[in-house]
Amino acid sequence: MRPVYAVSGGVSKFAKARPDKTFPGLVKEAYDYAIADLGLEHPQFLELVDGTVASYFSDHFSRQLMAGIMAQDYLGMCPKPSHRVEGGGATGGICFQEGWKAVASGYMDICLCYGFEMMSHVETWKGNEFIALASDVSFDYPVGGFYSGYYAMMVTRHMAEFGTTVEQLAHVSVKNHINAYHNPYAQKRMRLTIEDVRAAPMVAWPLTRHDICVMSDGAASTILCSEDGLAKLEKASGRRIPRVRVSGIGRGTDAMRLADRPHQSYEDFYKYNALPNEVDADSRAYYKELWKHGFRYPGVHSFRAGRMGSKEAYENARITDPLHEIDFVELHDAYTSSEIQTYEDMGLCRYGEGGSFAASGKAFMPGIDYGLELPEKPICPVNPSGGLIACGHPVGATGLMQAVFAIWELQHTIEKHFGDAALQVPNARRGAIHSHAGTGTYVTVSILEREE
Amino acid sequence: MSDNEFPNRIEETIEGSVVFNVPFPTGDDLSVLKQMSPITIRQPYHIEYIHSFGQDSPFFAALANKRFIVCREPETGYTYATPRGHDMYSGKETEWVEIKPEGKVHAFTVCHFGSEEFLPECPYVLALIEFEGVDTLFLTRLVGVDPYEASPDWIGMKVKGRYLRNSKLKPTDVYFYPAE
Repeated sequence: MRPVYAVSGGVSKFAKARPDKTFPGLVKEAYDYAIADLGLEHPQFLELVDGTVASYFSDHFSRQLMAGIMAQDYLGMCPKPSHRVEGGGATGGICFQEGWKAVASGYMDICLCYGFEMMSHVETWKGNEFIALASDVSFDYPVGGFYSGYYAMMVTRHMAEFGTTVEQLAHVSVKNHINAYHNPYAQKRMRLTIEDVRAAPMVAWPLTRHDICVMSDGAASTILCSEDGLAKLEKASGRRIPRVRVSGIGRGTDAMRLADRPHQSYEDFYKYNALPNEVDADSRAYYKELWKHGFRYPGVHSFRAGRMGSKEAYENARITDPLHEIDFVELHDAYTSSEIQTYEDMGLCRYGEGGSFAASGKAFMPGIDYGLELPEKPICPVNPSGGLIACGHPVGATGLMQAVFAIWELQHTIEKHFGDAALQVPNARRGAIHSHAGTGTYVTVSILEREE
Repeated sequence: MSDNEFPNRIEETIEGSVVFNVPFPTGDDLSVLKQMSPITIRQPYHIEYIHSFGQDSPFFAALANKRFIVCREPETGYTYATPRGHDMYSGKETEWVEIKPEGKVHAFTVCHFGSEEFLPECPYVLALIEFEGVDTLFLTRLVGVDPYEASPDWIGMKVKGRYLRNSKLKPTDVYFYPAE
């Protein structure tokens, strides 16, 4: 495999509704920003780009099949090669990795990845219905298909299993909404308190409206290239492009139905799922104790797909201590609870410790006042952008949005793009992006690293 | 060929969109169109599916007859509470086994909001049920609890299944209620 560089990106303004543009028009916004940031104009980039990957989740929202080719066409990318990818909420993350594969394999030197979703063309409750069709329509959907309900069931099990509290969940909401205060691309830029989160209208107990991301309209794009591609782009633009290399990708899957998730033994967990930072005697004793008290893996409280995606990505990027070797993470916080579950899957803490990790301060940004008493200093900020909870979740764009924010963090250009340096992770050298589908069915993890 | 067989006019109907406003500049300067508000129309869409339950059909036939059947791998005994025609480990075909719909709440939520189809039923309680000797769970509706008094203590609650008298051939033909 050849080295792959993530050199540029663009994000349209995410909003509850963007009636001012069609979805190809939104993609064009994100694309124009990405090429302008390289100092190129469309005809120049068109001469160089080898092909594209298109990302969108649902044909239902726009009532348009073959939407990918409409974006390809509108961008002026025809007749270059392209295909559409789809994998629920992880669609954008899968798109990024398919672009990586195109470059790493030698098929392309320069690949454009673009993603979008136009969710405002139906009312929220109809949108909830469409999203719930991403659960088994014979056995899950007819019982009361509602994704927030599925995630809330995971929360109650997490609470029962590990003693996780709703206040710990609310810490994630406060963090992500306040981070977003400094991100002009975010749509929910709010200074919330724990009390505000809990007092918000209940959606699916115990998740309130402030625990849940919003359906949105939006688009995002990233440009990936090989070393040869980088040389071509630099020659065309006449400037040096900061090196951000995609140093590892990983992907995992799990059963569609939550009800079918296995309940593995301690031995199988260590055989198949444990991360390098969990093999020490202390961790083994900790997990042994969990299993003694009835813990089974992954059950409905943990995402085996997220763990396996992390494990593979870490192996590729040679990461053995994720909390201390990754400078920031942009992860798929469709729910505050799924951020907590993902801390555990990604090995930022052990399974069962996600709640206390959320309230510890380790995942917060340095230098930002959250109005909370946090016992520990930031170590690895999670969702410095505000994440899905504050930015929104236009499904096909989301995973690429995370990639764009990660590229900017690693290029040290957050201030340039946000007009505010508050969210620049100091001296960021390595970041992880995590994109997640369904109730944890497809999960992608990609590692990006700055090279001097 | 007669006009009647292949009419050369399309019949006019009253179907179409209700137009609430159609702004357009009155002068010759069309550049102001770039400032125009987007036009938004209503676009109804309705589908009826002919959905087959395929190899899972016996489960629904059982519910319609007030019986609860699960799927078991014949050699290992791994048992799925939600029907599954083939085992995920051995790849072998499972067999149907009848059990009593009596178990415990493994996880739950109260939905105060939902998909359009279920909005009229809010608040409703979703629960994953575990059965003794069965390796996986079953998603169901839980009734007989106060949705405004949700508590983590509901986890572990013993529950029993009850069947709809008039089967609707859906997984909701069985639902659960507290056994004690």
